[in-house]
Amino acid sequence: MASESSSGGSAGYIEHHLTNLTAGEGFWTFHIDSLFYSVLLGALFAGSFYFAARRATAGVPGRWQSFVEMMVDFVNTQVKDAYHGPSKLLAPLALTIFCWVFLMNFMDLVPVDLLPRIGELMGIKYMKVVPSTDLNITFGLSIAVFLLIIVFSIRAKGLGGFGREIFFKPFGKWLLPFNVTLKVVEELAKPMSLALRLFGNLYAGELIFILIALFTLGNTLTSLATSAAAFSFVVQFALGLAWALFHILVITLQAFIFMMLTIVYLSMASEEH
Amino acid sequence: MNINATLLAQVLVFAALVWFTMKFIWPQVIDAIDKRNKEIADGLEAAERGRSELAASQDRIEKLVGEARGQASEIIDQANGRAARIVEEAREEGERERQRLVAAAHSEIERETSQARDELRGQVAALAIAGAEKILLREIDASAHGEMLKRFSARI
Repeated sequence: MASESSSGGSAGYIEHHLTNLTAGEGFWTFHIDSLFYSVLLGALFAGSFYFAARRATAGVPGRWQSFVEMMVDFVNTQVKDAYHGPSKLLAPLALTIFCWVFLMNFMDLVPVDLLPRIGELMGIKYMKVVPSTDLNITFGLSIAVFLLIIVFSIRAKGLGGFGREIFFKPFGKWLLPFNVTLKVVEELAKPMSLALRLFGNLYAGELIFILIALFTLGNTLTSLATSAAAFSFVVQFALGLAWALFHILVITLQAFIFMMLTIVYLSMASEEH
Repeated sequence: MNINATLLAQVLVFAALVWFTMKFIWPQVIDAIDKRNKEIADGLEAAERGRSELAASQDRIEKLVGEARGQASEIIDQANGRAARIVEEAREEGERERQRLVAAAHSEIERETSQARDELRGQVAALAIAGAEKILLREIDASAHGEMLKRFSARI
């Protein structure tokens, strides 16, 4: 499980694992690895679901169609419970968020060194395989949701209604600066909390996987013969298994929370306060 | 960990994915689900209808059977009555026939009796004449008394 390409010791190993493969300069830097896996998983989701949707029949469904219908039905129920306005966008949006975020989180369960090592063999120096441990990715999602919140607000209340909500609520026109401050904080808190919650959970989870992987850092297969190394191998296996099992819950829950909060925020945006 | 253009790329990818889902995945799947739900609902409704129809026809059958049973017993009663009447009529007819036969026999007997009496009477006269003849032959001249005897036998 050990990577030997790091510049030195545990610190080097960890740092190597937390470094993105980048292209570009300054702001116009792209995290190639995050984007690659994000797009790959998005395509996996879209492709596999499209495969079921294209040949969806009202008759007896196949297994994959049943699964897809289960997901769609699950998301549909959540949306219908929380949102009562007319929207063709919200339910597909929620489905996309749930499946995509889940798949991105799921990359956390792939052994931490597997894909980066393969990448190294192919000459790629850095590789972070879990897109949702990248703030750009989580903020990309939450800012898109934030923009939708504004769009939904304006659509539901009109530009004037939305403006009144910003300037004159909840304290009336004499306390206008307070109103604006409150509203801005309230609205900005939404994308911030969405992105940081997902990022924090997944980043921490990934970090713990990396720390667990440290147990056998620097060991080779032959050195496993010594009792100390064998012991650390067993410990790493046990901890890794326990954390992975727990993490199954975390990644599903985080995907669900992201979806649920998106639905709630958008339904709040479409209602008068 | 710094914010950079990756974010913009991610927003675009996200938008594309949501658009794709909204266009090519969601409607088809929801359509299939709704259609199947409707079919199931229709099927259940049809089953319910069939069940109530079955119950209704069972009621009708029971009523028909009851009516038929009533009619059958009525017919049997009528038949029994008619049979009794026929037997009665036959008995009466037999009685009448018997009386007629008896009467006929009586009259026949009567007739034959009178005939026999007539014959007997003739024979008695002849016998009487023969007896008388035998007696008289000894004492009476047949030629002398012949005239009287002829008159006598004519009176009988």
